[in-house]
Amino acid sequence: MSSGLPVRKVEVTLEARELWAATAEGRLLLPKCNDCSAIIWYPRAFCPACSSTSTAWIEASGRGTVYSFSITRKGAGAWAEVGPYVIAYVELEEGPRVLSNIVGCPVDDVRIGMSVRVVFDPTAEGPAVYRFAPE
Amino acid sequence: MADKNARNDARIAGVFEHPGRHLPDLTLPQIHAQVALGALADAGLSTSDVDAYFCAGDAPGFGGISMAEYLGLNVRYIDTTETGGSSYLAHVGHAAAAIAAGKCHVALITLGGKPRTGGASPGGSGGIGGAPEGAFESQWGSNVPNMYALAAARHMYEYGTTGRQLAMIKVAASKHAAHNPNAFLKNEVTVEEVLESPMVADPLHRLDCCVITDGGGAVVVVSPDVARSLARSERAVRVLGQGEALKHSGNGRIDLTHTAAVWSGPKAFAEAGVKPSDIQYVSIYDSFTITVLETIEDLGFCEKGKGGAFVESGALESPGGALPFNTDGGGLCNNHPGNRGGITKIIEAVRQVRGEAHPAVQVANCELALAHGTGGNLGTRTGSATVILGRA
Repeated sequence: MSSGLPVRKVEVTLEARELWAATAEGRLLLPKCNDCSAIIWYPRAFCPACSSTSTAWIEASGRGTVYSFSITRKGAGAWAEVGPYVIAYVELEEGPRVLSNIVGCPVDDVRIGMSVRVVFDPTAEGPAVYRFAPE
Repeated sequence: MADKNARNDARIAGVFEHPGRHLPDLTLPQIHAQVALGALADAGLSTSDVDAYFCAGDAPGFGGISMAEYLGLNVRYIDTTETGGSSYLAHVGHAAAAIAAGKCHVALITLGGKPRTGGASPGGSGGIGGAPEGAFESQWGSNVPNMYALAAARHMYEYGTTGRQLAMIKVAASKHAAHNPNAFLKNEVTVEEVLESPMVADPLHRLDCCVITDGGGAVVVVSPDVARSLARSERAVRVLGQGEALKHSGNGRIDLTHTAAVWSGPKAFAEAGVKPSDIQYVSIYDSFTITVLETIEDLGFCEKGKGGAFVESGALESPGGALPFNTDGGGLCNNHPGNRGGITKIIEAVRQVRGEAHPAVQVANCELALAHGTGGNLGTRTGSATVILGRA
């Protein structure tokens, strides 16, 4: 079920094709360095930890905690129509702090440290937008 | 103050802040030209003396080349480093280094912007089209205030910082702006007025955000020899030290509780041979109140996490505070030209060292000042540049 927040066409780049294809199937992938095992974020075919260009995709657990969040009372453009919404960094179990939205609960219920899991909002073109809802 | 006479420090010989805040009848190049002429006149120089030109992402067209052509400059050194609002403080350091290397003698730095009347977005150069991170940051309703709000929320969570404490930063700025006839907002505000202003992005209220203004500024950096030759050489201000740094997410493990000032500050202090407690006046980049709070901690003016209590004591007010700041009213009240007010930070610090700030807010016998710029967004990636200035 869609969160009701806006979605727009995803700029799918060559370096993140697999990630966006997996979102259409409800899976969140993360790039992992084949040389130093670092989990890489934002996704790219380069390891900023060790400069390796050998990377592979692993499937994330989809679980994390809210690292920080802010409630925007009135957004701009398509976001002006949806009422208050929460933008947040979610710290994934695998380590990265990922920018996203918290959905599936009243905005005033969101707290730093709250456990969340990934949910997906489909786009017209196929890839889905990953967001997070309370566990 | 450390004796730095053995080193041939560059001097800031001229500064100029455009008096306008709403400039529908000027083009962007005209603003750059007006501030350039203003700063050169302040120095007692002309465009024919300029042999180095510095500008950043706000310069139109082909950047530095377009503007050098517009201004009729014949330069042998150019630098268009773009690190947002910290660019111009980076330029001061780059100009000083180029002068020390003998590559130029008179460096002109300009900033101009028209976010009120030129159609630019309030976010300035915040667009991320084509950026490698674009798809991972553009889908979630982010904007400039709510990304800074993420930093504020985390600082509050880790250190117990309060909205009331952040509001005290705006209160101090507004008291200073009340003495500045050019300030965009000249009204003094109370903590309650800040807290009662509309919530833009929790926990930041409208009055935690800087103004959006047209305008600009310019700075002229010269060699010691040129400075000595000027008719009013006693007004030149010495560039004692400068440091710059970048902060990015560090492979997606961003720490929102500090800025790149933790790295730029120590470099500037070391080069100047001074310590934070020696500084008598600070210009601190103030896109938002939280920007000031994190920066003063990062520069070592108070312990990390204690910035809230520090500003709550009235430390930032001039005169009388422990760390008088932004005596022009800063970006929060006076001016944030082009959504990147870094150059105004240098200009007010120069006024303080010259003793030319408004008498009501002038720091007595100000011999040592610090100016700090922050560019980009505390919620993602930023540049920092710190400049320490002293009497020549």
